[in-house]
Amino acid sequence: MKYVTEYRDAALVKGVIEQIRRTVTRPWTMMEICGGQTHAIVRHGLDQLLPQEIELVHGPGCPVCVTPLELIDKALAIAARPDVIFCSYGDMLRVPGSGRDLFSVKAQGADVRVVYSPLDAVQIAQQNPEKEVVFFAIGFETTAPPNVMSVLQAGRLGLKNYSILVSHVRVPPAVAAILSSGDNRVQGFLLAGHVCAVMGYWEYPALAEKFNVPMVVTGFEPLDIANGILQTVQLLEAHKVEVGNAYSRAVRLAGNRPAQATIQRVFMECDRKWRGIGLIPMSGWCLRPEFDAFNAEKRFEVEAITADESPLCIAGQILQGLKKPNQCSAFGTVCNPEHPLGATMVSSEGACAAYYRYGRVELKDQVGRYER
Amino acid sequence: MCLGVPGKIAEIYEKGGLKMAKVDFGGIFREACLDYVPEARVGDYCVIHVGFAISLLSEQEARETLDLLKEISNLETELGPGTAP
Repeated sequence: MKYVTEYRDAALVKGVIEQIRRTVTRPWTMMEICGGQTHAIVRHGLDQLLPQEIELVHGPGCPVCVTPLELIDKALAIAARPDVIFCSYGDMLRVPGSGRDLFSVKAQGADVRVVYSPLDAVQIAQQNPEKEVVFFAIGFETTAPPNVMSVLQAGRLGLKNYSILVSHVRVPPAVAAILSSGDNRVQGFLLAGHVCAVMGYWEYPALAEKFNVPMVVTGFEPLDIANGILQTVQLLEAHKVEVGNAYSRAVRLAGNRPAQATIQRVFMECDRKWRGIGLIPMSGWCLRPEFDAFNAEKRFEVEAITADESPLCIAGQILQGLKKPNQCSAFGTVCNPEHPLGATMVSSEGACAAYYRYGRVELKDQVGRYER
Repeated sequence: MCLGVPGKIAEIYEKGGLKMAKVDFGGIFREACLDYVPEARVGDYCVIHVGFAISLLSEQEARETLDLLKEISNLETELGPGTAP
């Protein structure tokens, strides 16, 4: 058991898709929450193998994509300071702020570093006591345990020069927001496997019942995704509103209790703006007041910065499953990975980036667009 | 962002007050923090996310899922291609 190759077996995936074909009797629209799943679906061509009755729409589970513009602007303001080493996951560097991105700030001489783990940022703080080290703590529930551990570890080491710029978001309030919308088309959800590995899935049955929508915890390999879709179709066809688990090797109902306890110790729930979508009440996490010393927004007095999005970009509708990337008039033309209008075009989990990279441009649309 | 890669724990040690491990990703070794999976032992597989183990993988669950999906696929082969156009 290697936990990778077994789940990429093409014959098995095709067998499961054939079973989906046998099971489905009418059109169904389902949403995969996680941008990692969106990329796996498009990369492995699962969207093209599925029977045409199944439509997959892509969800908001791309933390880089939903980090609000004003927070990027705050990051840019902090990173530009000569006394700061700004550390970030690599994905954030090319995300456009109001005027520029972290890469261009770095090009102008700022010390911006890509780290693999938040513990790397803590180590940089240890090695550079004369500098302020700021870590851009973005993410969903999956990334919260590592990010909060960096704060606790900096405290344990007595570091006074480490702080985090927090933009944490949670899945359940986003699911509720999507299902509450009058325009909603989603009839079933593939829940994000690694979010559930941390948080469990005990929160979801109440949501499923309230909105009458089945949900299945789903992994990230092609076979996992095919299995998640099969279980969702089976529930939909049987008119069962339940929460299933198609990723049981990694996800338990209760989730990871030590990780949840540590998150609760450092973070508390707060309102959070989602880029392109707007404010979703109590959809985020921020530092508890007792951790103010580690709060970069307070340390650098950037709390007052606000910003507005490009009016051309429809990333907000894409992130809510209302539109597909190739339905955007800017897709592949004025908006592309070199010159992105929105974060969904540059993030390795963004739906627009997946469609661009794997060529999901409908040909007749493309011809029409270039003729115009 | 929520990318998690399965890796096998090769060695467990303490560093700066944290439980750490050397983790084998198919021949490539990296360090990861085990504080969130205190029950993990050498030889166990974990899902590793940004340098942290977030979940211990269950071999039994993995086998059960694979057996079930193989059964579904074999059933398909025996019955021939699907009825859909």
